[in-house]
Amino acid sequence: MTTRTLQPNVMVPYKDETLLPPAFPGMAKRDIRREPQSRGLMSTAEPQTRSADDLRRSAQMAAAQAGDRAAYEALLRDCVPLIKAIAGRQGVPPDRNDDVVQDVLLTIHRARHTYDPARSFTAWLRVIAERRAIDLLRQVRRHGAREFHAPLAMETYPDEGADPGRGVAHAEATGRVNEVLATLPPRQREAVEMLVLQEQSLTEAAAATRSTKGALKVNLHRALKTLRRTLERTG
Amino acid sequence: MTGSPYDPLISDLAADLKPVRRLPPPVLRALGWLGAVAAIAVGLASFADLEAMWERITAAPDMWLAVLGSAATAVLAAIAAFELSLPDAPRAWAWLPLPGALLWVAASGFGCLRVWILPETHVAVLGEARDCLIFIVSLSVPLSALMFLMLRRAYPLQPGLTAAIGGLAVAAAAATLLNFFHPFDAAATDLTVHAFAVALVVIANRALGGRMFAAPNFARPA
Repeated sequence: MTTRTLQPNVMVPYKDETLLPPAFPGMAKRDIRREPQSRGLMSTAEPQTRSADDLRRSAQMAAAQAGDRAAYEALLRDCVPLIKAIAGRQGVPPDRNDDVVQDVLLTIHRARHTYDPARSFTAWLRVIAERRAIDLLRQVRRHGAREFHAPLAMETYPDEGADPGRGVAHAEATGRVNEVLATLPPRQREAVEMLVLQEQSLTEAAAATRSTKGALKVNLHRALKTLRRTLERTG
Repeated sequence: MTGSPYDPLISDLAADLKPVRRLPPPVLRALGWLGAVAAIAVGLASFADLEAMWERITAAPDMWLAVLGSAATAVLAAIAAFELSLPDAPRAWAWLPLPGALLWVAASGFGCLRVWILPETHVAVLGEARDCLIFIVSLSVPLSALMFLMLRRAYPLQPGLTAAIGGLAVAAAAATLLNFFHPFDAAATDLTVHAFAVALVVIANRALGGRMFAAPNFARPA
């Protein structure tokens, strides 16, 4: 691996700022199982000449490695459109583009100590973004193999436990219980509300009502007895 | 670029930014690991019968060629593993140990032929072959642990491949060091056990290291 010295060499980037040439007409779409292309056998993909943008990004990353937050923030913002373009070229669906951007930003953050400022930052970012995009496509494909879209099957699937009248019956029962509850003496009603409906502990309910645990138990017992009797009578 | 949906994440990452020490070049890191292997070799040499080992290795060209092959595999695979541990490393680095591995396999295979031609050669019995397996696997455990710790410092985006090539370096190093305590010539049974041990170490490294280095899932918060 040779180290190259920084050479200020102004190269006009492509219009979309991706530094990637546009696909040739009729060029076969790349197989997502394949790894990102590299220009040399053993060297990381790196153009011979580096653009001014690339040199600026390298300098920003070097500053970020030293702890410069402003440079880092500017660099990450600058990376977002590049990542989106690379993800798009890899065939990531637009609705999953955000996942790739987020994941690549996290990867840059966690792997920032592995970047060598003597090398092209854009090439470094491109390989990482391509790998993350491929990871996402594999994930999507794995999910796609397990799940399938069948809205008709979903709508016509019978729910064995479904009871169309259940909601109405439940509302009626609740209403009746509330009516009977309202007829109870205040202390008994308080005990039911706190211990049963609000599921408070005896200690909490005793503290809230300034009563004793024993008195609460008695009131609850009497209240439940009255409720049961009244509801049985009213059918 | 105000109002970008990534602003909160970028702000969080910037707030979390701490100065980092740049990772040394992969070759230097590989040399660090190989230095640890060399230190173990020096330690083992103090227990070994070096004269006997030297006589055995120099007795036939295939013997020292096999040792050279395994040592070259260890060195090249270590360099390849540390290169692959970088997030932007090309997969082609995985081919780097191939010349060493070919020499190792070819010389060992030639050794098998010699045993058939010279039947009086002392070949390993099953018990001795089992000792080889135990030696390679036992020595691979600390070497793998060190390799994992060192590889983890980088951020491999090809976790399985990186761990497998690291495992090849470990297994080749262990097989090379085995020569200190290997008082018999290469034979088919012995080489089968060696190959089995190497495969076991590589597969175990791939499985364990692959999980250990696995990149975080998508959209997981920092």
